[in-house]
Amino acid sequence: MSQTISEPTERAVQDQSNGPRMSDDQALEALRTMQLIREFESRTMQAYQRAKIGGFCHIYTGQEACAVGTIMSLEKTDPVVTAYRDHGHALARGMHPSACMAEMFGKLAGCAKGKGGSMHMFDRPNHLYGGHGIVGAQTPLGLGLAFACRYQLDVMGSGEKRVALCYLGDGALGQGAFYEALNLATLFSTPVIYVLENNGYSMGTALKRHAANADRLVDRAEAFGVRGVEMDGLDVMSLYEQFRPVVDDCRERQVPAFVDLKTYRYQGHSMSDPQKYRTKDEVEQYKEKDSIARLASQLMTPKDDGGRGILSEDDWSAMQKEIKDLVKEAMDFAEEAEAPGESELTTDVYANPQPNLSPQSVYGHGVKNPLL
Amino acid sequence: MTTAYTPELTEIKDAIHPALGKVEIPDFVSESELPSRDGDRVIQYREALREAMTEEMRRDERVFLIGEEVAEYNGAYKVSQGMLDEFGPKRIIDSPISENGFAGMCIGAAMMGLRPIVEFMSWSFSLVAADQILNNAPKMLYMSGGQWGCPIVFRGNDGAGGQLGSTHSWCVEGMFANVPGLKMVIPSNPYDAKGLLKTAIRDPDPVFFLESERMLGDKAHVPEEEYFIPFGRARVCREGDDITLISWGRPVHFCMEAAEKLAGDGIECDVLDMRSVRPLDIDSVIESVKKTNRIVVVDQSWPFGSVASEAIAQICERCFDWLDHEPVRVNTIDVPTPYAKNLEAAYLPNAERILEAVRAVVSE
Repeated sequence: MSQTISEPTERAVQDQSNGPRMSDDQALEALRTMQLIREFESRTMQAYQRAKIGGFCHIYTGQEACAVGTIMSLEKTDPVVTAYRDHGHALARGMHPSACMAEMFGKLAGCAKGKGGSMHMFDRPNHLYGGHGIVGAQTPLGLGLAFACRYQLDVMGSGEKRVALCYLGDGALGQGAFYEALNLATLFSTPVIYVLENNGYSMGTALKRHAANADRLVDRAEAFGVRGVEMDGLDVMSLYEQFRPVVDDCRERQVPAFVDLKTYRYQGHSMSDPQKYRTKDEVEQYKEKDSIARLASQLMTPKDDGGRGILSEDDWSAMQKEIKDLVKEAMDFAEEAEAPGESELTTDVYANPQPNLSPQSVYGHGVKNPLL
Repeated sequence: MTTAYTPELTEIKDAIHPALGKVEIPDFVSESELPSRDGDRVIQYREALREAMTEEMRRDERVFLIGEEVAEYNGAYKVSQGMLDEFGPKRIIDSPISENGFAGMCIGAAMMGLRPIVEFMSWSFSLVAADQILNNAPKMLYMSGGQWGCPIVFRGNDGAGGQLGSTHSWCVEGMFANVPGLKMVIPSNPYDAKGLLKTAIRDPDPVFFLESERMLGDKAHVPEEEYFIPFGRARVCREGDDITLISWGRPVHFCMEAAEKLAGDGIECDVLDMRSVRPLDIDSVIESVKKTNRIVVVDQSWPFGSVASEAIAQICERCFDWLDHEPVRVNTIDVPTPYAKNLEAAYLPNAERILEAVRAVVSE
C-alpha cells in the first residue's frame, strides 16, 4: 500500500547537476510563495465546504515545492501551461490571490471573469496559458507554446530564446496525446519542458496500478529522444538547483526535456474524495517530509550547523501572519466582488462576432478582463 | 511580492480586442462588386485553395501550414504543391500521423499569436483530434475570460470521397457545427473557395473549412485580383419563384442539376449556396421563402441533428406562416456509409432525390 515515490532513486542522485545555488533572497521568496499557496489552499477548502466555490476543486497542498522550484527557474516571458490542479502554479507565476480566489467564487473580478473556475486559471500578463480540465490535453498545447517560441525565433526573428513549461500529473501518463507531443517535440526540436508532478496517484489509482514500468518513467521520454531527469519534488532548494540547468540547456539548445518530480498531495484528488485508496499513515509519513517545514528549518538553522541562518522564529511567524492576512483579504475580496452580469453570458465567445452565428444568442465583446 | 489587485473592468472597444490586438478583418464588398466570376483564368479548386494560402503566407509571416504530407509529398491531394519550395520547411511542415498532437500544438501556437493552417487529409481523421479541436480551440476565448483567442484554420476533405467506406467518409458538419465558438465554411466552387479561405485565414476565430475530395479537380474562372468573401452571406445561384432550394458544399451542384431539369417542367427554383453554415445566412433564406413559400434543404450529412434540421428549425421559427408546405430535407440516408458503388450512390443526396423531393412539395 505504502508508496515510495519520494525516495530519491539511484537515478535522481546520478542526474544531480551542479546548477546555481539558490540565493538567500530566492530561498526566502520560495518559502513565502510556498506558504502563500498552503494558506490559500487551506482557505479554498474552507470556502468550498461553505459552498462558496462550486464544481470540481483540486487542492495543491503538499506539492508546493514543484510549482515554486520550477517557475523560479524561468524568465518572466516564458509561457507556462498546466492541468486542473492549477492554483499553485497561478500563484507561483504571480497571479494575485484575489484574482484567483474571485475566479473560484465565480466573480467578474476573477482571472477569467468567473467563466473558467478552479480548473481554468488563465493569466496573460504572467504568461500562464491556463489550467486545463481534460487530463493530458494541455500537453499538445504546451508543445505549441514552445513551437511558437521557436517559430518566432527562427522565422520571425524575435531574437529571444524562450522555453515553455508544461505540467502534467502522473494520471496524464495514460493519455496518448502526451506521447504524440513527445514525438513531435523531438521531430520539431521544440523547447518544451514537461514537468511530471508525480504524486503517486491518478485520482484513486496508485502509480504502479496505472503505469507500466513505473520505476522508470523517464524511459518513456527517452524513447522519443527527449532527455528525462528524476528529481525530488519535496525539497525546493535541490529541485531548483537541478531544474535550473535543465531550463538553461533547453533554452540554449532549443530542445525538449522531461522531468519526473516525486511529490505527494496531502488532500484527496478533489474535494469530494473520501481517500479510501491510501492509509492515514502514508499521508502522515509524507507530512513528516513536508517541503515548507523543511525549507523553513533549513533557513532557520545556523550556518555553522549546515543551514542558511537567515530566518528567525519571529521572522517566520511574521511572514506567516502577513500571508494569512493577504489570503484573508483575498477571501473578503472574492466574497464582496460582483458576480458577472447576465450580459456576460454571451460575450467572449467570438473575437469577431458576426450576425447569424447562433439561432439564439447575439454575441458581443464583454467587459475587459481585469488582468489585462 | 504580490502587488495590489485593482481590477479594471471596462467595456471592450470594437475592433481592438485586448487579447488579439487589432482584428484585421478585410473590407468586404457586396456580391455585385466582387470581381467577375466569368473569365478565362480557369483553375482547379485545389489551386484556388493553394493561391489563397500562398497569398496570405506572403503577406503575413505568422501564417504557416502543417499536416500530413503537405510538404515533401506536395500534399496528399496536391493542394499544397510547390509551397515547400517557396516557403521552406519552417513554414510548410510535414507532420507524422498524430492529429491530436499537431492540432493541439497549433492551438497552443495560435494562443501565442501565430496563424496556423492545419490540414486534415480528411475530416474523418479529425475525430481523433476531437478533444483539441472541439474542447480547446472554440472555448479558449470564453474559458480565459477573453484573454486568449484561437485564430486558426482547420481544413481538409469532408464527405464521401468515393467508395472509401464508413470510417473515411465522414461529413462532420452536423456534429461539429453544434459547438459555439467556431465558424464553419463549406465552399462549393473554386471562386468561393479562394475568397472564403483568405477570409478564414484573416479571421481571429477558429474556422473549420470543409472541402471535398470530389471537388478538388473542379475548374472555374478565378480572377487574378485579390478578393474576400465574407462568412454568413449566401449566394443566389439561380432565381425562381416556385420553391427555395438551399445547400452548401458539393450538393449545391446537385441542386443546380435538379433545378435545370425542373425548369424544363416549368418549375423555377431559387437556389441558394449558403457558403458558411456558422454563421448561417438565414435572412437570405427567409427572404427567398417569403417569395416561394416552399423550401427543400439539401445536406450531405446524416439527418438527425444536422445542419439541415437546424436550418429548418430556424425557418419554422422565423417564417412559419409563409410556408405553404412543410419544409423537407434531403440528407444522406441515415446509415453508415456503404462501400458498394450502387449503395454509396443511393446513400448520398443526388439530383434525382432532390427532384423527387421538389416535385412532392410543389405538387401539393
